[in-house]
Amino acid sequence: MKLWEIDIYPAPGQPDLVATAVATDASDMGLADNLAISAARGFLVQGELNEEQAERLARELFADDVVERTVVAPVGDPQLQQSPNGKSRLVHVMPKPGVMDPVADSALNAIADFGLEANTVRTLRKFWLGDLPDETLSALTSRLLANDAIEQVVIGPLPFDHLQLGSAYEFDLVRIPIRELDDDGLTKLSKEGQLYLTLVEMQTIQQHFQELGRDATDAELESVAQTWSEHCSHKTLAGRIAYRDENGEQRFENMLKETIFAATQQIRHDLGDDDWCVSVFEDNAGIVRFDDDYNVVFKVETHNHPSALEPYGGANTGIGGVIRDPLGTGMGAKPICNTDVFCFAPPDTPADELPGGVLHPRRVMKGVVAGVRDYGNRMGIPTVNGALYFDKRYLGNPLVYCGNVGLIPRDKSSKEPQAGDWIVALGGRTGRDGIHGATFSSAELTSESESLSGGAVQIGNAITEKMVLDIILEARDRGLYSAITDCGAGGFSSAVGEMGEKIGAEVWLDKAPLKYDGLSYTEIWISEAQERMVLSVPPEKWDDFESLCRNEGVEATIIGKFVPTGRLQLKYNGNEVADLSMEFLHDGRPPVVREAIYQAPAVKPLTLPAAVSIDLNQTLLKILGSLNVASKEWVIRQYDHEVQGGSVIKPLVGVKNDGPGDAAVVRPVLKSHRGLAISCGMNPHFGDFDTYHMAASAIDEAMRNCVAVGADPSRIAILDNFCWGYTDRPETLGSLVRAALACRDLAVAFDTPFISGKDSLNNEFSYEIDGQKQTISIPPSLLISAMGQVADVRRCVTMDLKEAGNALYLVGLTKNELGGSHFSLVEHLDGGNVPQVDIEVAKRTFAAIHAAIQPGCVRACHDLSEGGLAVAIAEMAFAGGMGADIALAEVPQGSEEACNVTLLFSESNSRFVCEVPWDKQPDFEHAIGGVPHAKIGRVSEADRLKIEASNGVLLIDCDLATLKEAWQSPLRW
Amino acid sequence: MPTPRVLILRAPGTNCDHETAHAFELAGGAPELVHINQLLEDPSLPSGYQILCLPGGFSYGDDIAAGRILGNQIRHHLQQTLADFKEAGKLVLGICNGFQILMNSGILLPDAESGTSATLTWNDSGKFEDRWVNLATGSENCVFLQGIETMYLPVAHAEGKFVTRDQTMLDTLNGAGQLALRYAPLNGSTDGVPYPDNPNGSELHVAGVCDPTGRVLGLMPHPERHVDPTHHPRWTREGLKEQADGLKMFQNAVGFFAAD
Repeated sequence: MKLWEIDIYPAPGQPDLVATAVATDASDMGLADNLAISAARGFLVQGELNEEQAERLARELFADDVVERTVVAPVGDPQLQQSPNGKSRLVHVMPKPGVMDPVADSALNAIADFGLEANTVRTLRKFWLGDLPDETLSALTSRLLANDAIEQVVIGPLPFDHLQLGSAYEFDLVRIPIRELDDDGLTKLSKEGQLYLTLVEMQTIQQHFQELGRDATDAELESVAQTWSEHCSHKTLAGRIAYRDENGEQRFENMLKETIFAATQQIRHDLGDDDWCVSVFEDNAGIVRFDDDYNVVFKVETHNHPSALEPYGGANTGIGGVIRDPLGTGMGAKPICNTDVFCFAPPDTPADELPGGVLHPRRVMKGVVAGVRDYGNRMGIPTVNGALYFDKRYLGNPLVYCGNVGLIPRDKSSKEPQAGDWIVALGGRTGRDGIHGATFSSAELTSESESLSGGAVQIGNAITEKMVLDIILEARDRGLYSAITDCGAGGFSSAVGEMGEKIGAEVWLDKAPLKYDGLSYTEIWISEAQERMVLSVPPEKWDDFESLCRNEGVEATIIGKFVPTGRLQLKYNGNEVADLSMEFLHDGRPPVVREAIYQAPAVKPLTLPAAVSIDLNQTLLKILGSLNVASKEWVIRQYDHEVQGGSVIKPLVGVKNDGPGDAAVVRPVLKSHRGLAISCGMNPHFGDFDTYHMAASAIDEAMRNCVAVGADPSRIAILDNFCWGYTDRPETLGSLVRAALACRDLAVAFDTPFISGKDSLNNEFSYEIDGQKQTISIPPSLLISAMGQVADVRRCVTMDLKEAGNALYLVGLTKNELGGSHFSLVEHLDGGNVPQVDIEVAKRTFAAIHAAIQPGCVRACHDLSEGGLAVAIAEMAFAGGMGADIALAEVPQGSEEACNVTLLFSESNSRFVCEVPWDKQPDFEHAIGGVPHAKIGRVSEADRLKIEASNGVLLIDCDLATLKEAWQSPLRW
Repeated sequence: MPTPRVLILRAPGTNCDHETAHAFELAGGAPELVHINQLLEDPSLPSGYQILCLPGGFSYGDDIAAGRILGNQIRHHLQQTLADFKEAGKLVLGICNGFQILMNSGILLPDAESGTSATLTWNDSGKFEDRWVNLATGSENCVFLQGIETMYLPVAHAEGKFVTRDQTMLDTLNGAGQLALRYAPLNGSTDGVPYPDNPNGSELHVAGVCDPTGRVLGLMPHPERHVDPTHHPRWTREGLKEQADGLKMFQNAVGFFAAD
């Protein structure tokens, strides 16, 4: 048995792309300038291979000899220590043992296809650096080259000569004497066991076992902790809350149920026979009607905590996880597009200002984008919509929202596991990865989280999931199973626990296929290893199911049986390791009781700088270049947004395919022209003023983005994703409840149902400075995702200006609402009124815009959001490569008269700019009807944007190239 | 002549199979999706088909390198099957990952003495990019490209830079008319094809390569993503065209047999 190392370098004359990228990052992050570096990728191959065979693998499998050269030698051989660039410091970076290494797995199979014998493969990356001081080298490795959460670093020669993974596990039943513990003991058990349960919850469990007259096993405690975790049960928001604000006190038995769910119930009731919701807040994703044959499903999840520790892996498994939601909805939906929204600290944050344990935001952003890219693209699911928000409060807690839309035949939209069915694990194997993800996501991050919770961080293997997807759709259509769900947070424990809730289940943990030896029964039970689904397969269908899987090389294993006992029984090689009643597991949790207080901050007036001191051209350029507004083309192009062949409106639109579209439109059924519009809305800055108006504005924004491309406003379904700080604080929870009340009010008023949602609480980061605890809490971050329907995609419109001479209309009222605006942000101003939504006008506006788009009266339509009118017109102009002449005199205003700055930059809701051909103006005005609107200008032949005040003064006069460059340059990475 | 049957080969990680099948259907062909394992079990399977298409995706995750593992599988087990298929005057089309697989398998270009003749390696930009490109055809005899002078199609890849082993190889392929599809300037300019018009830095701006018979074609752009007029990124500006650019390639393939 020999351990070969195969190193692959660029051939002479070929670019070293990896080294170049590292040097650029090192410079951008302030770690080292002009870094001299060479990079290689390598493979460690262990097996019965002679030199000739190792050379053959290097030549025919691992390297591309047109552009690469190899070094092949047994580990330890001096050849491997020969520097290609004369630089002496050699750094190896390898995945830690047990971390998913998909390339190594594929390589192992590929070697077998050569008829050669290898038993283990590991990938590595090699870097050759100059004679750097140890301190610089250590900063480079820890901050850029490697991530300690998943990777190991070896400086100098590799100190081993063989690879080993896992050793045999000896069964040892662990009982925990929970009955005898006092409160301190219970608290300690919860924390040290990473159960993250409250004392009251621990006491409830203690009492349960006291009544049973026995101690708990570790598997039992873990099962309860997973099921009762915030992640799985949403106990805070679905709990009892006493809420107080300026309108008095309200008591909720179940806050979510009485606000957001209740709104949907009322809408469905009001719609009666026209109800187009199919399943809401029940399954893994919400389901609504699409056409005569299909329903569509939609879910958005967050993966914040893992992404903070390992951005690539966190985002990678975030998108991988949310894809499994539609796949595990009903009898399995086909994923048809992704949406991804991220919140980061500014990427130019100085490296020396980072608290310990925090990764640089630039690295976080690059890692997150790469993680989503590599998983989404490999799955063959177009990523069509997204957004980025920047605020320094996301430094310790970046937010990663990943969403997926799926298509499902109408008759496959529900499921029912049957007693007697096999419990089948499908897809990836179980390993030690991802242990305690569900409970970990309930914990506050600290500078020590990295070392404490590394096991909760994972890398995905998209191809395993793609193979599972292919199998599921085939097996679904052949009727080979009776129910399916995803293995997400909590692993088998949650999946089997949920599926068997109404029946009972017996699980044989020793049957689960493992990645390597050494896992205890409890680790098997709670592992969150990726790419696994759990199915309920009737015994008479098993042979067909198993053979289908075998034909495509997907592993399917019977790990238990649904039995009508009402109990969850776990066995390991015949030994009982857990026996819990489903009732205690699912209904035994004591209700969480919380207080919530909302006190609106006093409205401070916003004092505008003296008119003479402000150059509005410069202000406009600054807003266009502010990170929330700036072009996201660098991100968008890295995502395949057209795979599956249904792309109608792409995320980038306009004469050069680079303008910011409002919403993406896809045709999920290629033979049909019916489409879906996907968009989102989010305004973290408004939350600093009033979370009610923040939430209302986010809903309005998501809706108007959809409506702007042609979606029917009466057929938009929305999702809520609350990411908040520490909700044990009544003020923090109060700001969330207030947002939920807005969700209820707006949904009911718009007849726009929430169909699913998710929350991620306790997004705070604490660290110490001079012994003092410092805490950064994220701003209230409510993402609203919208899925609209388009009857005929050939009627869709985009936001780029189309033809000189056409009229430009502004629809909607512009009010004194500069609070939280991007104008305030770039001018460093405080105070002002936060934008509100006039629900009645908004609803009429959406309907009017739709009525105008449908008959073809509108050539371009753009919603007004960040940066207000000036930014919207500028974007329309440079996207279309056409100028615009605008006069502010006619802009429809609210009751209070607005100044020029307000008219230009106010972020008042429910507004659109429409380009209308001259001959369509009467039709357009007829369609818009009584909704406030005015003709404010025209598309011009000149390459300039001109905006004139009512007194005739030119406030904005700028050429399109300058505007576009300001918008494109900040994130042109 | 009955409707030509199209074998669309899928493997772990293939992901453009459905829309490629749809494109062949629109063109009048009869596509079927066949898993590589079925083919490995029964290598005679392709004899019942007229067209073999390797669609886009990430076969085996593109682990190690794009198309490498599946390319090797074909080399090890299906060399004869594909040689027979070509010999019988049938058509082979590789799109994106399919092109990478054809290159890795030696099906498209025979190996040089010292190894593969050419490769598709990492884009100069070092990353995956999805963007639309102008294409110009440059082959007299490529069946798929008959009657097509230019096309506007999207590319979506990380490893699409065409590099030959040496200048002689490049000259030979060029001279033989095998460099059938080139990236062309978007603005119609004549001074070169700078990035991103040539999205990956390919030698001679090569986007697609055919074999000497013109019946085997591999290309990086995705014709199946431009078979409906609403696929065009600027249809809302320029109006819906009567026929989308990519469809003609599929019609040529299907028509090749109808014309016989």
